[in-house]
Amino acid sequence: MGIARAQLKQLKQDALAQRQPVLSMPEGGEWISAARKDAAARLDGMGLPTRRDEYWKYTRPDALTSAEPVAASMDGAAHSPVFDGIEQLKIVFVDGVFNADASDDLALEGVEISRLADAAAADIHWAKDIYGVLETRGQTPVERPLATLNTAYANDGLVIRATGTAAKPIHVMYERTSETSDVILHHVVKVEEGASVTLLETGAAGARGNTVTEVSVADKAAFHHVRSQGRDHNRQLLTHMFAQLGEESTFKSFTLTPQGVMTRNECILELTGDDAIAHVAGALMADGKDVHQDDTIFITHDAVNCESRQVFKKVLSNGATGVFQGKILVKQGAQKTDGYQISQSLLLDEDSQFLAKPELEIYADDVACSHGSTSGAIDDDALYYLRARGVPKRKAQDLLVLAFLAEAVDEIEAEDLREAILTRIRIWLDLEDDL
Amino acid sequence: MLEIKNLHVKLEDEDKQILKGLNLTVETGKVHAIMGPNGSGKSTLSYVLSGRDGYEVTDGSATMDGFDLLEAETEERAAEGLFLAFQYPVEIPGVSNMTFLRTALNAQRKARGEDEMSATDFLKMVREKAKSLKIDADMLKRPVNMGFSGGEKKRNEILQMAVLEPKMCILDETDSGLDVDAMKLVSDGVNALRSEGRSFLVITHYQRLLDHIVPDVVHIMADGRIIKTGGPELALEVEKNGYADLLAEHA
Repeated sequence: MGIARAQLKQLKQDALAQRQPVLSMPEGGEWISAARKDAAARLDGMGLPTRRDEYWKYTRPDALTSAEPVAASMDGAAHSPVFDGIEQLKIVFVDGVFNADASDDLALEGVEISRLADAAAADIHWAKDIYGVLETRGQTPVERPLATLNTAYANDGLVIRATGTAAKPIHVMYERTSETSDVILHHVVKVEEGASVTLLETGAAGARGNTVTEVSVADKAAFHHVRSQGRDHNRQLLTHMFAQLGEESTFKSFTLTPQGVMTRNECILELTGDDAIAHVAGALMADGKDVHQDDTIFITHDAVNCESRQVFKKVLSNGATGVFQGKILVKQGAQKTDGYQISQSLLLDEDSQFLAKPELEIYADDVACSHGSTSGAIDDDALYYLRARGVPKRKAQDLLVLAFLAEAVDEIEAEDLREAILTRIRIWLDLEDDL
Repeated sequence: MLEIKNLHVKLEDEDKQILKGLNLTVETGKVHAIMGPNGSGKSTLSYVLSGRDGYEVTDGSATMDGFDLLEAETEERAAEGLFLAFQYPVEIPGVSNMTFLRTALNAQRKARGEDEMSATDFLKMVREKAKSLKIDADMLKRPVNMGFSGGEKKRNEILQMAVLEPKMCILDETDSGLDVDAMKLVSDGVNALRSEGRSFLVITHYQRLLDHIVPDVVHIMADGRIIKTGGPELALEVEKNGYADLLAEHA
């Protein structure tokens, strides 16, 4: 039984009334001030999510909407060197504040990079066509008010424009030193026609983080994204990735989430050019009853002959909770759509739970769409086989966990990045010495 | 080497006795074969010796050079030198054959207090052994048994045996699903591993495998017990007359 609409609206307004007073809109040039004011007005109309919201049925938004963040102890907050072996341009944010000393020079062949804070100071900027624009498009048919809040109040982030082939990946490293840092970051990425860029992210912004990344991928352009959200267990994190894809463009995003009391990763993609490809994948390693992680994906096909693929794998133990809400919307006229979605959990005990809501909504008649969702335990036959060859039970189980997650990691296109992620998983599983 | 005394085993979940006082001694360096009709308990014996879940030992003992097999974990039995070649080798997606072999070998070495083998030495060793079993590099890279034919799976079992160098090898219906050529390849692989210090227990329905792997001793098993023991000629008798006469004799 749903609650009355008026009552829900009031609860949302109450949530906003609680959060908003501690926020202040940053100063900025004409273009960004307009975008921020527009977002603030939209936010006023929406309010903030509450646990009564259908879209937040499996994940409580309370920690994200309270005035102050829940204090997050620093256990596990140390940076993990996932991409250390990868040639990269490193950009460091500490508790949400850009750290020039720790960062590389922002010059990179094929790409223009600046801080949002700098871009915001100008009165006119190309980012105007993207900042808050893709986020706004992503508000229908489902509202995402915390992304709108981000558009209104974020005071920094990165503004990236790829004009050619980026010479190396851009690595955004989030570090935190505070138990109470409340971070709102907003990135804008524009990949021009035929250009390509890879964005890497590690860490988790702040004690509480709200990040939005808006990506415009032009015709024949490619955007690759690989992130590892670190083992910073106590932080609360919400991420939104909004992307719009042009003709024959490619978008591929992979996220590794180890632990975390509260993580929600939303990815909202719109395929508006024919023959575009969008892949979103994720691997979760969750151990403990206080671990809660949520992947919420919404892919809209609004062009002909596009392919989208969602591959999510979650290993859950000792009472952990994993959530997957994934939707493929095929609009009228989006013929020859090839949509695929799989979400699978490996439950290592009976206390853990996987909550999945796979959805297809199709208004075209010549499409191939499939989705599947499974929950299972470790394969006893495989476990016995490994043990019969002398592999101790614990290690045999870890090996099967690695094999399970590897199917999501395989979605990463670049071999060195795929290896970096697999290596990290092996280290976390304590398998690195053996393989 | 292997000493089984008065072994009684029932299924854990149901009140069904499978092994009913089985006695068997396999001497070091010898090849023993167990033949018997379906449902006689042959495969159960191999599972109980290797420690598969689902079985309950209600009486008796099984030792390997004095090591109490039944009390040990499956992996401890393996490290101690017990190897079971599966009737139905398991497919493991996402774990490469090479990783599987190396993890297994090093886990056993570690359990025995030996140094782990380096990646380079391991690779060289595996390639050599794989070659004689006609297992190519591609099969080593692929996930364990995934997409392997019946013959490839069995050859892979023998490769594992060759790499792990166990002292007591149990072959559970290794001939099932093999054509003549594959059977020859597998048998050659097994014969190459025969040595003074290594024993084999070959479980099979049919005599034909024993044309290739010639046993020292043949046992006939029925209704959870060994009912007759003899030389290789016993297998020929079964081939000629079937099990009916032997069973009638025993009853």
